[in-house]
Amino acid sequence: MRYPGRSPLGPIDLVVDPGEIVALVGPSGAGKSTALRLLAGLERPTEGVATSADPRHVAFVFQAPTLMPWADALANVALPLELSGASREEARRRASAALAAVGLGDRAGARPRQLSGGMAMRVSLARALVTEPDLLLLDEPFAALDSVTRRRLIEDLHRLWAARAPRPAIVFVTHGVEEAVYLAARSVVLDGATGRAASEHDHPGPLPRPPGWRADPAFRGAVERLADALAEAMPPAGVAA
Amino acid sequence: MSRALPPLLLGLMLLAIWETACRSLQVPAYFLPPPSAVAMSLVERAPLLAGSALQTFRMALQALLAATLIGGGLALAVSMNRPAERAVRPLAVALQVTPVVAIAPLVVIWSGLDHPDRAVVALAAAVAFFPVFSGVLTGLKSADPDLERLFDLYGAPPLQRLWRLRAPSALPFALEGVRVAAGLAVIGAVVAEFVSGSGATQGLAWRLLEAGNRLRTADMLAALACLMVMGLALNAGIALLERLCRARLA
Repeated sequence: MRYPGRSPLGPIDLVVDPGEIVALVGPSGAGKSTALRLLAGLERPTEGVATSADPRHVAFVFQAPTLMPWADALANVALPLELSGASREEARRRASAALAAVGLGDRAGARPRQLSGGMAMRVSLARALVTEPDLLLLDEPFAALDSVTRRRLIEDLHRLWAARAPRPAIVFVTHGVEEAVYLAARSVVLDGATGRAASEHDHPGPLPRPPGWRADPAFRGAVERLADALAEAMPPAGVAA
Repeated sequence: MSRALPPLLLGLMLLAIWETACRSLQVPAYFLPPPSAVAMSLVERAPLLAGSALQTFRMALQALLAATLIGGGLALAVSMNRPAERAVRPLAVALQVTPVVAIAPLVVIWSGLDHPDRAVVALAAAVAFFPVFSGVLTGLKSADPDLERLFDLYGAPPLQRLWRLRAPSALPFALEGVRVAAGLAVIGAVVAEFVSGSGATQGLAWRLLEAGNRLRTADMLAALACLMVMGLALNAGIALLERLCRARLA
C-alpha cells in the first residue's frame, strides 16, 4: 500500500505499510494536518496527486471529538455505517460493539455534553473504528486531554490496533515527541520552512509497549533523537512562524 | 418567582407615580388619564377588547406561520445552491428594508378592498419573513466544519447531510428567527390595520384608531395594554419552545 501525499509546501512521499503506525511530527505550520487531510481525501492537492486507500476504508479522528451534540453516543458511532447504507439495526449493533470495545458500553445513551473530554474522544475513536478501516488517520487526537487521560487513550489505541486482524495502518499528527516515539513505530519529521519530510526515524521496542517502557533507556534515547531532529526542522529563531 | 419580582415592583412603582402625578397636577383626562381610568376602561370594554385582541392575535399568528413556512422553505431550498442564494438574498434584504407602511396601500389594493384581513396577514407576513429566512439560512451553514468533513469522508448523500447534520444545527437559529419574527408579525398586523383604515378587521389597531378619533385616551391606552400583553405572551411562548428544543438538542 502506498500513500504518497503532497502538501501545499511539500512534496512529501509517505509510504505506509499495512498495519504500520506512523507519526507525523513537525513545527506548527509545517503542513502536518494538511498532509493528513490529503491522505483522507478531505482536501485536494494544488498540484500532483494524493492517492491513498479506498476512501471507504479510511477513517479520521479530529483534534476535538467532533460529535453531534443532539445525538447520543450510540447514534454518533453508528453514523458512518448509516451514511454508507447499512440498515439501522446492523449499524446500531456494530456501533454498540465498537462502544464496548472502547470501554463505554454502558454510556451508549449519553449525550456528548454528559461525557468527559476523554470519554468523548473514546466515542470519536469508536466512530472511526466502527467501519473497520484499513487506514486510521488521527489529527492531534490527544492534544486537548490531560496527561493521565492521554496515556490511557494511547494504551487503548494500541490495544484496539493489536486486537484487529488484519491490523489497520495508523497515521497520526502530533507535536508531542514522547507521544510519537511511544505510539508509533516510525516518525516522519516535516520541515517547518519547506513542508518536506526532513527526516525519518524508526523507534525501538515492541508494539504495544510493555509496562514501564517510558523509563527504558532505549525509549529515552529515541525521544532525545527525535527531539533533536524536530529542533533542526524548526524555522530559524527570530522568524515568526 | 423571585425573578419576576423586580420588574413587577418597578411596574407598580411607575404606575403609582403616574397615578399620583395625574391627580395632584390635575392633568386633563383626554391628555393623560390616570392608570385607574385605564383599568376601568379595560374592565368595562373587556368583551370588546378580548374579541379584538383575539382577531389581531389570529392574524399575527397566521402571518407568523406563513412567514415561517415560506421563509424557512426558501432558505432551505436556497441553501442547496449557492448561485440561487446569491440571487435571492438581495431581494430578501430589499423586502426587509422597504417600510411596511409604504407597501401597505399597495397590498390593500392587491388583496381586494373587501378583504382587509388578507392584506393584514400578507403585510405582517412580509415583515416577519426576513428574520426567519435569515435565521434558517445562517443556521444551515453553522454546522461544525469538521462534522461536514466527516460527512464528506463517508460520502453522505445531500439529503442525509441536510437531515442529519444541517437541520439539527440550524434549529436554534431558526427558533431565534421565529422569535424575532413573532414580534414583527404583531407590529406588521397593527400597522397594516392602521393603513387599511377600515373597521372591517376589528382588531386592536382599530380599537386604537376609533378611541383616538373620539379623544377617549383611556380606551386607547387600554387597547395598547392589550397589545403589549399579547406581544409578551407570544414572546414567552416561543422562548419556552426554544428552551425545550435546546434541551433536546444539546
